[in-house]
Amino acid sequence: MMKIINIDKQKWAGGVESLSKSYRLFGPVKDVDCYNFKELKQGEQPDLSYGNTKLSPKSVVFPPSEAMFTYSLDESNPEHHLLKDVPKDYSPRAVLGMRPCDAKAVSLVRMNFDTPEYRDPYWMDAFEATTFVGLACDDPCATCFCTSTNCGPFNEEGLDVLLVDNGSAYIAKALTEKGEKLLAAGGFADAGDDSPVAAKKAAAEAKITAKIETDKLSEKVIMDLYDAPFWHDIAFSCINCCTCTYTCPTCWCFDIQDENKGCEGVRMRNWDSCMTPLFTMHGSGHNPRDKKHQRVRQRFMHKLKYFLDKYQKGIMCVGCGRCVQQCPVNLDIRTVSKTMNDYVAKS
Amino acid sequence: MDAYITKIKAISERLLKDGTVEAVIGFREGTLPTMSEPCFIKRSDDVKDLVWNANCRINLANYLTNRKEKIAIVAKGCDSRNIVNHIVENKIKRDQLFIIGVPCKGMNDKDTGALQDNCATCTHRNPVIYDELAGDLVEEQTNVDKYADVKKVEAMTPDERWAYFDNLYAACTRCYACRNACPLCYCPTCFVDESKPQWVGKGEDPIDVRTYHFLRAYHCAGRCTDCGSCESACPQNIKVRQLTKKLEKDCAELFGWEAGLTLDKRPPLDTFSIDDPNDFIK
Repeated sequence: MMKIINIDKQKWAGGVESLSKSYRLFGPVKDVDCYNFKELKQGEQPDLSYGNTKLSPKSVVFPPSEAMFTYSLDESNPEHHLLKDVPKDYSPRAVLGMRPCDAKAVSLVRMNFDTPEYRDPYWMDAFEATTFVGLACDDPCATCFCTSTNCGPFNEEGLDVLLVDNGSAYIAKALTEKGEKLLAAGGFADAGDDSPVAAKKAAAEAKITAKIETDKLSEKVIMDLYDAPFWHDIAFSCINCCTCTYTCPTCWCFDIQDENKGCEGVRMRNWDSCMTPLFTMHGSGHNPRDKKHQRVRQRFMHKLKYFLDKYQKGIMCVGCGRCVQQCPVNLDIRTVSKTMNDYVAKS
Repeated sequence: MDAYITKIKAISERLLKDGTVEAVIGFREGTLPTMSEPCFIKRSDDVKDLVWNANCRINLANYLTNRKEKIAIVAKGCDSRNIVNHIVENKIKRDQLFIIGVPCKGMNDKDTGALQDNCATCTHRNPVIYDELAGDLVEEQTNVDKYADVKKVEAMTPDERWAYFDNLYAACTRCYACRNACPLCYCPTCFVDESKPQWVGKGEDPIDVRTYHFLRAYHCAGRCTDCGSCESACPQNIKVRQLTKKLEKDCAELFGWEAGLTLDKRPPLDTFSIDDPNDFIK
C-alpha cells in the first residue's frame, strides 16, 4: 500500500523550503563543471537537472573525515585521560534527488555496518536520521550499467521516496513510513497516479547499453580466480591512487588516525583505499599486499567475487559508472569482470 | 599521428622478437572515447594492441621506476625528459632502455577535447633522448608564454592569493592521483603517509590539504617537466600545475635551469654551485 503523490513542479520549491524547517537538506549542486551533493543553505534548491554527481552521496552518512572522540592528557583539565564524544548533529536530514544506484549502494554498505555482532554507531546513527528521496533517471549516462547489476534507473531499493519526472510534475512514490513523513512535512499531499511510470522506466532501461558480465562468477572457484594469470596484465596501468574507491558508492573502508597537538588530540576516521600500498601494512611491518597486482586483484575480487559469495545478493557494484569515468588510466571494471567471467582454469 | 603507430608497432615487434627487450611499455585502446590505457606488452603477438593518439597523455616514465628488465618505452617530449630525470636520479639505468621517441604536437584534455593546457605552451615536443624515432621531428613552439598563469597569481595581493589557493584546492579529496601519476613521486614512504609520528593530517582539513600540495610541489622543483599527468589524473579537475609552474619559473630564473635536458648535470636543488644566487643573504 504505497502512497502515490503528485507534486506540481510549481509547488516543489515551496515544499523544499517547508522541508528545510524540519530537515537538514542535502542535494545536488552545480560546482563549475560538475555536480556534487552539498548541504543546502537556507533557501537553496537542489539542482535536479543533473546527470550524476562526481562523488556519491555516501558522504551524508559516511563523511570523508569524521572526528570520533577527543582527549586531553593535560592533568589540569578535569576531564584529562577521558575519551570525550564529539558532539554530532543527528537531527533529521534528507537527501533530495539521489539516483537509484546510489541508494541501492547505501543498502549494500549497511550490511557491513549493521550486523548481528556489531553496529557501527557513527554510520548507523547518521543513516537512521536520514530520509532518502530518489530521482529516477530518464537519461542515463553512456557509462551507466546499472541494469546489469540488479539495479536500474527506476530502482527503489534503499529509497524512502522515489520521484519520477513527469514534465510539469513529479510522481512521488512513498516507499516507507519515513518517506510518507517527509512528503507530509513538505506539504506534498495531492493524490497522484503512477500509470505513466512503467513506460518511462522501460524507455530509460532501454537507453542503457553499457553492461557488466557477471553471470558465471558465482560458479567460479575462488582460488582459480585468485591464482589466475591475468592479474599482472590488468594491474599494470593502475597508479594506486584512491580515485575509484573514493568515488564508489559501495566502498566503505576507513582509516583511523590520531591528530595530536601538545597534550590535546582527536581521533579521526578518514576514508581509506585498498589501492594504496600502506592499506594492509601491519603493525609488525609485514605487508601482505605490498605488490600492486595483489592490491588490484583484491579490489576486483572483493567487488565481484568475495561479496557475491558471502552474501549471495549480487556483486558489490551498482553500475553508477563513476570509476569508469574517473580512473586516470582507464582501468575499467567491466573489462576486468568480463575477463574474470570468461576465465576457465586449466585443470 | 596515424603514421606513428605503424612505426611504433614495427619497432616494438622487432625488439621483442629479437630479444633486445623483454617488454614494451605503451598504450592500448581505452574503453572511453577520450581515454587510452597504459600497457605492458611481453609477446610480439600482442603488439597489435598498441595505439597512439591524442589520448596518450599519461607520462609512461612513471612506470619505469625501479624496474629491473630491459624495456622499450614509447616516449613523447615530456616523457623523454622524465626518463632523463629518472636516469640521473638512479631510478632506471640507460642501458636497460630502448626509447621509442615520438614527436608530439599535443594531447587532448579528456573532458573538453581541446588541447591540454600544458601542451599549449610546450617547448619540448621532440624527445630529447631516444634510440629510434617513430616519426620525423616536429617544429618546436617558440613564441609561447609558459608562465602567463603564474604571473597572474604573482600580481595578486596576499589576500587575493590566499583566496585563490583556498579555492583552488577546495575540491581536493586526498586521492593522491596527482602524486601517483607523477614520475617524480617515487618515495617509498611519502611524507603524507607517515604515521609514527604523523607528519601531516590525512583528512579534509584545508590546511592539511594545502600542506600536501605545497610540499609536493617543492619536491618537484627543478625536476618537473610539465607533462600535465597530475592535472589529467585529477578526478576533481583541480589545476594542480599552478604551483609546479611557479617553481619551474623560479628555477629557470634563479638557476637558468630546465628539467630533464641533460644526463650530465644534477638538478639545482640536488647540488651546490658557487654561482648559485645568494642575494637572499643580507
